[in-house]
Amino acid sequence: MTGPKLVSILRQGSWLIASIHTALDDTQMLMFQHDLIDQIGRYRSRGVVIDVAALDVLDSFGARTLRTIAEMARLRGAETVIVGIQPDVAFAMVSLGMDTGTVPTALDLEEGLEYLGRPGGARSARHGRAAG
Amino acid sequence: MTEHTDEMQPAGSAELTSTAEDQLLPQLVAHLREHRTKLRQEWAGRIQDSGLLHAMTPQEMAAETTSVYDNYVEVLETGSVEALQRYARDLSERIIPRGVETHEVVGIVLLLRDVLARSLFEKYQRDFGLLNRVLDAYEPAANRIANTVAVSFVDERERVIRQQQDSIRELSTPVLPVRERLLILPMIGVLDSERARQLTEQLLTGIRTHRAKVVVIDITGVPAVDEAVANHLVRTVDASRLMGASVIITGLSPDIAQTLVTIGVDLSKMDTIGDLQGGLEEAERLLGYSVTRGDGTGTM
Repeated sequence: MTGPKLVSILRQGSWLIASIHTALDDTQMLMFQHDLIDQIGRYRSRGVVIDVAALDVLDSFGARTLRTIAEMARLRGAETVIVGIQPDVAFAMVSLGMDTGTVPTALDLEEGLEYLGRPGGARSARHGRAAG
Repeated sequence: MTEHTDEMQPAGSAELTSTAEDQLLPQLVAHLREHRTKLRQEWAGRIQDSGLLHAMTPQEMAAETTSVYDNYVEVLETGSVEALQRYARDLSERIIPRGVETHEVVGIVLLLRDVLARSLFEKYQRDFGLLNRVLDAYEPAANRIANTVAVSFVDERERVIRQQQDSIRELSTPVLPVRERLLILPMIGVLDSERARQLTEQLLTGIRTHRAKVVVIDITGVPAVDEAVANHLVRTVDASRLMGASVIITGLSPDIAQTLVTIGVDLSKMDTIGDLQGGLEEAERLLGYSVTRGDGTGTM
């Protein structure tokens, strides 16, 4: 990506923290997908937090790409959690019939890291709770 | 008028000669003023016979009927309904809290119209043509009065209803933190789409500000929901999940449960628990709290 960075991908131990700073168009979204998946392999990451707190809108392509990223990341050995969905965005998404599928969500970055770092690691909390 | 013959003459031949259109109304008003006491009493009697206004004492009724009567005649005289409008609004403000219904208010005004019309019949019965002209002058004014009073009453009622709705709205959806990361939302009263929208807004912003992980929505106090509201509720729960919070719904009444199943709202993703107590226990379990009773109760 050129110009001001639209997305920053930071490495934190065995986790990657990807912050989306502004609304991405479809091409940028695919570039982000490519970069992120690439870095998971390069840094042998086990968990990914995608922070969308700066977004005040998330379209269906964006939501689907996030699901795809999570699925690809899982195949590459990393668990993904999406954090920071704003109240308006959340309600708009469900009103339009969009969701994050099986991808877990958390309130903010801190929660997301806590979620990834919880005992037992790679299972989604929702499934864990249902089983418990 | 000219074709009327001798036998009509005795009553009011003096009036007959001088009944230009613009004098009909003043004449009519003078007549109503002259017989004020009798007509008012007759009217009050008719009101009592019809069983209207039973919420009011006889004294109040006497006072109100007198002022309504005077206002009525005044409007007939001046043709301006503004004073009456003001009076009707005042009156409505006084009587609405007493449980006076719209049909009663309309009823008494129509009764007054009829009583006065009867007295006009009586006065002018000997001259049919003149009676017709008097009624031509009287009826539109009388109808306008009935209209004004009814509209003022309904306006006042609507104002009261709006005010109450506003106050319900203000206290309707509190979001209460009970433990760290645990919110409860007790809902009381009918959930219409406006309140449901407000609930969503408060819940989602509440999750953010309190950093909630679990939210218990208690709808024990909600008597009924419709399909739109139920779907809205489902969307709210989904949206909360996107923000990383689990929602537990408690206190679904049998009626609501039946409604939801009958209209086929998909509740499979909703976590529901019978009562608020159970909901709180489940929430505490999710958050990893364990509540134990202290010493001294004898049960440990």
